[in-house]
Amino acid sequence: MKYAPLVLSNLRRKRLRTALTLLSITVAFILFGYLAAIRVGLGAGVQVAGADRLFVRHRVSIAQPLPISYLDRIKRVPGVRAAIHQSWFGGIYQEAKNFFPQMAVDPEPFLEMYPEFILPEEQKLAWLRTRNGAIVGRSTANRFGFKVGDHIPLQATIWRRQDGGVMWDFEIVGIYDGADRGTDTSQFFFWYEYLEEGRAFGKGLVGWYVVKVDNPEQAAEVAKLIDDEFLNSSDEVKAETERAFISGWVNQIGDIGLIMRAILTAVFFTILLVAGNTIAQSVRERTQELGVLKALGFTNRQVLFLVFAESCMLSCLGGFLGLGIALLLISAGDPTGGALPVFYVPARDIVYGACISVGLGLVTGFFPALRAMRLEIAESLRQA
Amino acid sequence: MLRPIINWFSQLAIAARFGLSTIPERKGASAAAAFGIGGVVAVFLGTLSIGQGFRQALAIAGTPDTAIVMRGGADTEMVSFLSGEHARLIADAPGIRRTDEGAWVSSELFVIISLPKRPKFTDANVPLRGVQQAAFRIRDNIRIVAGRRFEPGRNEVIAGVGAAREFAGLELDSELRVGRNTWKVVGLFSADGGLPESEIWTDAVVLQEAYQRGNSYQSVIARLESPEAFDEFAAALAADPRLNVKVIRQTDFYFEQSRVVYNLVTGLGSIIAGLMGVGAVFGALNTMYSSVSGRTREIATLRALGFRGGPVAASVMLESMFLALAGGGMGGLLAYFAFDGFRAATMNWQSFSQVTFSFAVSPALMLKGLIYAIGIGFLGGLLPAIRAARMPVAAGLREP
Repeated sequence: MKYAPLVLSNLRRKRLRTALTLLSITVAFILFGYLAAIRVGLGAGVQVAGADRLFVRHRVSIAQPLPISYLDRIKRVPGVRAAIHQSWFGGIYQEAKNFFPQMAVDPEPFLEMYPEFILPEEQKLAWLRTRNGAIVGRSTANRFGFKVGDHIPLQATIWRRQDGGVMWDFEIVGIYDGADRGTDTSQFFFWYEYLEEGRAFGKGLVGWYVVKVDNPEQAAEVAKLIDDEFLNSSDEVKAETERAFISGWVNQIGDIGLIMRAILTAVFFTILLVAGNTIAQSVRERTQELGVLKALGFTNRQVLFLVFAESCMLSCLGGFLGLGIALLLISAGDPTGGALPVFYVPARDIVYGACISVGLGLVTGFFPALRAMRLEIAESLRQA
Repeated sequence: MLRPIINWFSQLAIAARFGLSTIPERKGASAAAAFGIGGVVAVFLGTLSIGQGFRQALAIAGTPDTAIVMRGGADTEMVSFLSGEHARLIADAPGIRRTDEGAWVSSELFVIISLPKRPKFTDANVPLRGVQQAAFRIRDNIRIVAGRRFEPGRNEVIAGVGAAREFAGLELDSELRVGRNTWKVVGLFSADGGLPESEIWTDAVVLQEAYQRGNSYQSVIARLESPEAFDEFAAALAADPRLNVKVIRQTDFYFEQSRVVYNLVTGLGSIIAGLMGVGAVFGALNTMYSSVSGRTREIATLRALGFRGGPVAASVMLESMFLALAGGGMGGLLAYFAFDGFRAATMNWQSFSQVTFSFAVSPALMLKGLIYAIGIGFLGGLLPAIRAARMPVAAGLREP
């Protein structure tokens, strides 16, 4: 620690350069934070909570509805513990750009199926007794300022009402939170019966089923049994684990996510390269001084340590500052206005970032430090 | 009056030549700055080319004299519904182009089917469109590149070349099984890179039967007499009390359809490019400050010889912008060769189906990149230039 003033005064000597280097490292790590958040947002890093859940849809495509009569048949398949259905509503709140997913469900079994949606008990009870009641996730509630008790009109794009109207009224009776940060809280859920009674057509149809299996290790076998149950019927199904479904979804988004991540990674390392070069250069310029230090009796090791301390201090300061700013900016919301269901930096990536910033200090300091250590005193003093 | 100006510029020319000719002596730092700016421009263009390419694929698909009619309230063909009777009423409306071959109007169905998407072969939503024969006249950039068109009434499909490339099971002569129906792939078609290339087409009647749709459709596509005929066409449909439909120009429809993906990509892309730009400004500042401080004595000498502060500062700016331009040019070329024409497929959130497209680094985008680079060079050179202009001459001359 006693060398701290020496390290600091070295950094202070060209303040502007130090500041600029520090800032570019900071920017690199802000980018790093966004990289992590985008990866999570595009689904590549989604940690699926329910390894015991299967997703059952029409074999032709997810947009084809299934008969509600399948519910009981699915429940009877061996290995199935519980099953629920969901139906896509696809309503517009005020304007098309205010998109958030809306799903019709049976509230009670639905909440049992998704323990990661945390809803206060009294709000749950209120939902069970309110026919046009709906619950909405925290992120969407915050986005539009929805509060419990609000009446939300949604304009149907698919489900025209029996009376010919397209406006559906919902009362917000609850706002749920996610059990952890990776939980998607952008969705809006309401009573299936409300939809079923009100809609002009499509009666008796649901969008897809979600199934909980007794034993997650047998999920694949149960999925096969469900597929077989409906084989050769007019509406064949495809059952797969929720994880497989989501990874298929990520593949649908496809190369774009991959390319954006590749680009960001390239940028991150480019900035680090440039910053590292500056650090190395500033040590090179002080060859003579290092010689003086050695002449004063500093050991090779001490000189090595000094150089490393300087580069690490710079990179860690920039790195931690950048990660901190990234966390702040990212917690303020995603830049696309709601196109990404979740947007946050996972704890794991913060640790990675911290490790990279220390690593950067060591790597950029390595060659200058080695050179400083091997420096011949007489040689260096001549270099004026 | 003119003399001081000429004088100013000749001073600038000398100072600038002096600065630029000494770049090789500082090649490490200069290259780092140019390289950094090049990287920024490459990434800037790379991300924007995704949004641009996506939008272009949809823009090529639309023409201003084509209208699409859906049920009132529907925002995509997926959720629209039109009865056969309504489709007939729409086809009779004024403003539609009519030639010897008949009216240029096609009542269509639009469904999505699951097909394995390369390279991981997980299921993806691929659009399957049922069309009438006039569809080929309306979308006049459709070309059959292999095989032939489907025959009306038969279980045959033709696949867009984009769809055939991205999804498994669409090879010529292969069998496509959807639910309990089997279709034969009898042809592949291109559409100048536009949206239809992502789709599979079949006869509307065949698709109606397969999906038990009776005599119903989801949209009516009509080629009008001219772009101006749209108003007449739309007004006629709005005035018909038997219809409750939404009429939208095809170009507007596709522009709207590309909104979510375009905003997502350009939103993220702009943030990234903005942050990187800040990083690159720091890099340029560093380089130009060391360039100025490395030439302290030379600059002081120029000043002592009677050069004024303005031309000296301008010469520093010029050098910075020259480096930025060189870097930006490199970055632009890099982005062009790395990304232009890169083929990809993504989910269009709005139509809930896959769209295949090519990244597009257009000349306009390249120009944007260069302007961005020059902006970075300008900001990076400004403060060092001021320092150079204000440098005390006597002290500067004493510098080693």
